[in-house]
Amino acid sequence: MDDAKLAAIVEAIVRELKASGAVQPSAPTAAPAAWTPSTPQTFSARPSSFGGSLTIDLPDPTAPEARLTPRVTNAKDSNGVRALMASTSARIGVGRAGPRYRTASLLLFQGDHAVTQDALYRDVDQRLLDEFNLFTVQTKVSNKQEYLLRPDLGRLLNDEAKRTLNEKCQKNVNVQIVVGGGLSAAAVEANLRQMFPVVRQGVQSAGLTFGTPFFVKYARVGVMNDIGEAIKPDVVILLIGERPGLGRAESMSAYMGYKPKYGDTDADRDVVCNIFENGGTNPLEAGAFVVQIAQKMRQHQASGVKLKMAK
Amino acid sequence: MLLRTKLHGKTYEFPDIRLLMGKANEEKSGDRLAGVGAETAAERVAARLVLAEVPLSVLRETPAVPYDQDEVTRVIQDAVDESVYAEIKSMTVGDFREWLLADTTTPDMIRRTSDGLTAEMVAGVTKLMSNMDLMYAAKKIPVTAHCNNTIGAPGTLSSRLQPNHPTDSPEGIRAEIYEGLSYGSGDSVIGINPVDDSYGSVARLLDMTYDVIKTWNIPTQNCVLAHVTTQMKCMQSGSPVGLVFQSISGSQKGNESFGISVGMLDEAYELAKKHCFPKGPNFMYFETGQGSALSAEAHNGWDQLTLEARNYGLAKRWHPFQVNTVVGFIGPEYLYDARQIQRAGLEDHFMGKLTGIPMGVDACYTNHARADQNAIENLAVMLTAAGCNYFMGVPMGDDSMLSYQCTSFHDAPTLRQLFKLRPAAEFEKWMEDLGLIRNGVLTEKAGDPSFFLKR
Repeated sequence: MDDAKLAAIVEAIVRELKASGAVQPSAPTAAPAAWTPSTPQTFSARPSSFGGSLTIDLPDPTAPEARLTPRVTNAKDSNGVRALMASTSARIGVGRAGPRYRTASLLLFQGDHAVTQDALYRDVDQRLLDEFNLFTVQTKVSNKQEYLLRPDLGRLLNDEAKRTLNEKCQKNVNVQIVVGGGLSAAAVEANLRQMFPVVRQGVQSAGLTFGTPFFVKYARVGVMNDIGEAIKPDVVILLIGERPGLGRAESMSAYMGYKPKYGDTDADRDVVCNIFENGGTNPLEAGAFVVQIAQKMRQHQASGVKLKMAK
Repeated sequence: MLLRTKLHGKTYEFPDIRLLMGKANEEKSGDRLAGVGAETAAERVAARLVLAEVPLSVLRETPAVPYDQDEVTRVIQDAVDESVYAEIKSMTVGDFREWLLADTTTPDMIRRTSDGLTAEMVAGVTKLMSNMDLMYAAKKIPVTAHCNNTIGAPGTLSSRLQPNHPTDSPEGIRAEIYEGLSYGSGDSVIGINPVDDSYGSVARLLDMTYDVIKTWNIPTQNCVLAHVTTQMKCMQSGSPVGLVFQSISGSQKGNESFGISVGMLDEAYELAKKHCFPKGPNFMYFETGQGSALSAEAHNGWDQLTLEARNYGLAKRWHPFQVNTVVGFIGPEYLYDARQIQRAGLEDHFMGKLTGIPMGVDACYTNHARADQNAIENLAVMLTAAGCNYFMGVPMGDDSMLSYQCTSFHDAPTLRQLFKLRPAAEFEKWMEDLGLIRNGVLTEKAGDPSFFLKR
């Protein structure tokens, strides 16, 4: 089957899924709430007593147009500041309070860092895992701290996990999908509902067998080797949360390997990264894309560098 | 060799210098990962008690990687000034610590002694120092260097303008440069970490930054932190290069994982002296960081602090303009939290200065480390008190390309004003002439990137 044909099939699946309501199409970007930059250069007279009348009801400072609000006071060329800001995602045109940051910029930074930290230190919502009937197994890591400290242990399934996979999973399937929280629970939560059904439907439409899906707690990418050894699938797809950037915790990766086994490295794997809506690889498209890659891996019986050479 | 002590009635014995050195370190996750960290807090102190009695000569004779197996060891050992070494070799590590801190020991005396030291001696004494020891001793050892301006002079604090962009967009980078210059960042270097390491892309960024430097007549230098071989090609092809950069490691095997060797850097240094456009005589820029050798499994079983000290001994060979550790970049497997990052930052700065190189620090953290911006601001304050030559200047400390956080454009003027420091003298004069700074304080014109839109 050639690529164009495959792409057409996958596209048809996505259309079908959308029509049946199995996946939600990406919501059109909501009209931004009116954003009024604060202009604290002059202080208006304040009521002497706020009493019970105080109402603070703020728009989201992380909205794109809020982020792009210039905060330089008395700029030589205020349109110029806007143009400079538009040329980069770096935090410029932020102005200053003495030599320090203005309050809005300081709190925006802290908000971005906070959402990143929260993504890192919590687990994926159990309800989401239940929704997709994902049972949970664990690596040799026993807690979050150890997960960060011992990447080597996150690459190995614990003994109970191996037993559980042996009991519950269909062996020698064509495609085995596995979910891991990785370094961002938020990434899995943001993308799984869109991506998972596309992959399942795509695999089944292509006439391939779809293995019993499950969740691995405290997984690193290298755990694919143990999974390959335990279940012996043709292709393993690991959906895993990426290390969060500042204010971007929703980015997920799909790591893929053909018949992963002990000793395989990143050179034996393929990855679709930066999976997130609005700016990254859209999760629906990513789902279609990984099905295509899985097909290619089976066709060439290879993944990673070997697959590149085969093409 | 017997390495043994009692502590609170319990006996602790260490099989060799390698493990003694590992166990004497402040707690670091990377030393645990390498299997050389102390098992208990008491064992850590016991190791220090023994290390304090070890003569410096023993550390010279026990390099982390044997002389015949490692060119980094050979560079460091061959550079030792034997007459200076003869004066200090019988001193114990504990006595050396006191000598460094003593009121009677002057900066000149320490600078002279630097030439008789090897990295293992530098690392050894660092393990016996408290945080404030590290600050106090480093402050005694100003190390200056000159390219188009002077870095590291007492009374100054410099800032590398780091205008990284997720796609190397010249317009975006130029915008960030304007923002940085308007805060007085850029007196160390305007240095870009490129996404694209190819010759064409690197040459384009060199041309663009050179254009800004020439248009505004800025007393500074540019650098695109690509692999050294790409920069060598740029020099040979006539691109305007200010500083030549490379990341280095504390062992030959580590450097091989970076695709470099001593011979290659010798060649780059010769090209730099011939082709770099600034006056010099210092043209090289190196970055280091605890844990990098371990992550490449190139640590030969030694602790990350000792491997880091070897970076500085190696860097000294090429008379760099600036060297900085990227202290929190490597992640929590090596430096777990703010406390470990802060400790490592103070250690690295001290070790660089004791080795005799112009040392700055990229005080930073990644999002999976237990750290935040407050922790990095704290570290920058401590390092400024210690006389650190320069920090990074990044828009609000949030690097939009490398996905890590460090010090900001705002931090440099804040630290200068807190500690009554100035930018590098030539750069301050330039800022004064433009009206961006007056008496060491930013003027009302500062902090406005549109200032640089029209000359």
